[in-house]
Amino acid sequence: MNKCKVGIIGSGNIGTDLMYKLERSDALELTVMIGIDPDSEGLKLAKDRGYQVINNGIDGLLDKMELADIFFDATTAKAHAHHHDILSSYGKKVIDLTPAAIGPFVVPPANLEEHLDATNVNMVTCGGQATIPIVHAINQACPVDYAEIVATVSSKSAGPGTRANIDEFTRTTSRAIEKIGGANKGKAIIILNPAEPPINMRDTIHVLVAEEGKQEEIKASIKRMVKYVQEYVPGYRMSGEPLFDGKQVSVFVEVEGAGDFFPSYSGNLDIMTAAAAKIGNEMAKKGLAVTKN
Amino acid sequence: MKRDLHIVDVTLRDGSHSMRHAFTEEQVKQVAKGLDQSGVEYFEVSHGDGLGGSTLQYGFSKVNELKLIEAAAAQCSQAKISVLLLPGIGIKEDLEDAVKAGAKMVRVATHVTEADVAKQHLQLGRKLGLTTVGFLMMAHMAPVEKLVEQAKLFESYGAEIVYVTDSAGALLPHQVTERIKALKDNISCEIGFHGHNNLSLAMANTLAAVEAGATYVDGSLRCLGAGSGNTQTEVMAAVFERYHYQTGVELYPIMDVANDVVAKFMPRPQEINGSSLIMGYSGVYSSFLLFAQEAAEKFGVDERDILTELGRMQAVGGQEDLIFEVAREIAEQQKHTV
Repeated sequence: MNKCKVGIIGSGNIGTDLMYKLERSDALELTVMIGIDPDSEGLKLAKDRGYQVINNGIDGLLDKMELADIFFDATTAKAHAHHHDILSSYGKKVIDLTPAAIGPFVVPPANLEEHLDATNVNMVTCGGQATIPIVHAINQACPVDYAEIVATVSSKSAGPGTRANIDEFTRTTSRAIEKIGGANKGKAIIILNPAEPPINMRDTIHVLVAEEGKQEEIKASIKRMVKYVQEYVPGYRMSGEPLFDGKQVSVFVEVEGAGDFFPSYSGNLDIMTAAAAKIGNEMAKKGLAVTKN
Repeated sequence: MKRDLHIVDVTLRDGSHSMRHAFTEEQVKQVAKGLDQSGVEYFEVSHGDGLGGSTLQYGFSKVNELKLIEAAAAQCSQAKISVLLLPGIGIKEDLEDAVKAGAKMVRVATHVTEADVAKQHLQLGRKLGLTTVGFLMMAHMAPVEKLVEQAKLFESYGAEIVYVTDSAGALLPHQVTERIKALKDNISCEIGFHGHNNLSLAMANTLAAVEAGATYVDGSLRCLGAGSGNTQTEVMAAVFERYHYQTGVELYPIMDVANDVVAKFMPRPQEINGSSLIMGYSGVYSSFLLFAQEAAEKFGVDERDILTELGRMQAVGGQEDLIFEVAREIAEQQKHTV
C-alpha cells in the first residue's frame, strides 16, 4: 500500500513521542521532523532514525513542501497560527496538538468520521481525549444533562505550557465535553499529584443522565467505547465497574502510556500522541490525503 | 485600628465542607454581620473547594457562592471578604465574578509543590487591586527547602502574603516553627498560617506560627471547618489577647456569633473522632472526611482503613474521587481474604 507521507513540527517531548508512534503505522510514512533547536534531543533522535531534519522551523520547509501531505503540529498555540496559514496555503492537512484550536475538536471515537475532510483538526486536551469518549458513550445510551471530569496527572508529566495556562485546559475541556461529548453542561477539573514514584494518569467521569434505569445500556456502551479506545491506547482501562447512584454515573479510568518516549506513567501525554496518530491513519486510509506520486 | 496580627475567619469557606456546601443566605448574613461587628478584618466566603468548586466531585452548593458573597458583603461596615481559588478547579473568570460580588482578597491555593500553576491567578489578583495571597496546601508533604522554593515562586508572581497551610492537620508545633522561620528568612512577603485541629494542635500550631513571625492566621467559629475543623477563632482571640497581641477582635462579640449563630446550625460537633484523628496522623486532606464516611458505609469497610491507604498513596487535595475507588478495592480484598 502506498503510504501517506507525514511530517512533525516541534521536536519537544510530544513531537518525539509521536515519531515512535508513527513508525508503527501501516498507513503513514514519517519523512521529516522540523524543530528550531538543532541540539534538541528530538531532532537528534529523528536524524539517527533516518528522517530528514529541519532545524530552522517552518521557514526551512518552504522549499521542501513535497516532503509530506499531513503535518502534525506539536509546538505552541502561537506558533501554530503561523504554521496553519502557511501549510493551508499549500493545501496541506494539519493535525494540531497545541491549544490553538483553529480547526474543529476531534476525539477519535466520538467524531473522527465527521472531520476526515477538515484541513485542520485540533486534539482538545489530554483530559479531553481520555474522558470525552466515555461521556459520548453514556450519551449514546441515555442523554447526558451534565458531565464533569477530573483528570489527575503526575506532576512530572505536566509541562510548563500546561502549568502556565491551566485555565486553558479547564475551559477547553469543559467546552469539548459539551460539544463532542454531548453533555448539556460540561465541567473539567485537573489535579497535579507529585507522588513518587509518579502515578499513572487517572480520570474520573461523573455524569448526570436524564433518566434512571438505563444501567445495562450505559454499561454496555461504555464497555464498547473502552475497547475502541484500546485499539490506539492499549493501556486505557476502566478501574472497576461504573458506579450508579440515581441519575449519577461515575466511571473511573486509568491511562498507562505505551512508554515510547515518555515514561509509561505519562498516559496523559501518550493519549494525545496516540489519538493524533490515529487521526492521521484514518485520514490516510480514507485516501483523502494520498500522495500524488 | 492597630493590629499586630490579622485574623482571617474561614467559617464561611472551610465550614462549607462540614455543611456539605449547604450554607443558606440567611446563615451567611448572620455570620457576616457578627464577624464584622466583632472587628474581624477579613473573612472568607466560597465553596469549600474554592470558586467553581460546586461539582459532583466535591458537592454542589445549595446556594450559588456569588450570591453568598454578595449577601455577606452587604453586611460589612469594616470587614473585607476573601475568596479562595484553586487553579485547576476555578478559573480567572470566577475571580472576576467574585470581585463584582464584593471580594477584596483572593487566596490562590496550590499543592505545596505546584505553585507555578497559580501564576496567572495571582497576577490577576494584583491587577484587580485585591489583597493577593498564595496558599501552599498540604505543607507537611514537602521538605522545608521545597516549601521555600515554592513560596519564592508565589512571591515572584505578586503574592503579598504567603501561607503555610496545614490542610491535613498533620504538622507538629516545632515543624510549624521551622517552616515559618524558613519563609521569614527567605522571602519578604508577610507570612500566614492555616491550621486544622485533627491532632488537637491547631491553637498550639497557630501560636508557634505567630511566635516564629506569621502575621496572618486563620480560624473558624466553633472550629467549623473540614476534618476536625480549624483553629477556633474565638479561642484565638482570647489567647492572643492574653499574649498581648492586638488582633482588633473583641472577645464577647466574637463569642456571641460563634455560640448564638454558628453553633445553632452546625450539623455535628467539630470533635476529633476516629477518622479525623487518622487524617492528622496519616496526613490526609481534611475535606476527605465526610466522603470517606460515605464510602465506608457504601462498601462496608472501616473508614480508617480508607484514610490510611489514601495517606500511603500520597493523595493530594481535590482527589475526592479516589476515596470511592480505594474503598471499593479494600472491600474487594476483604471479600477474597474472608
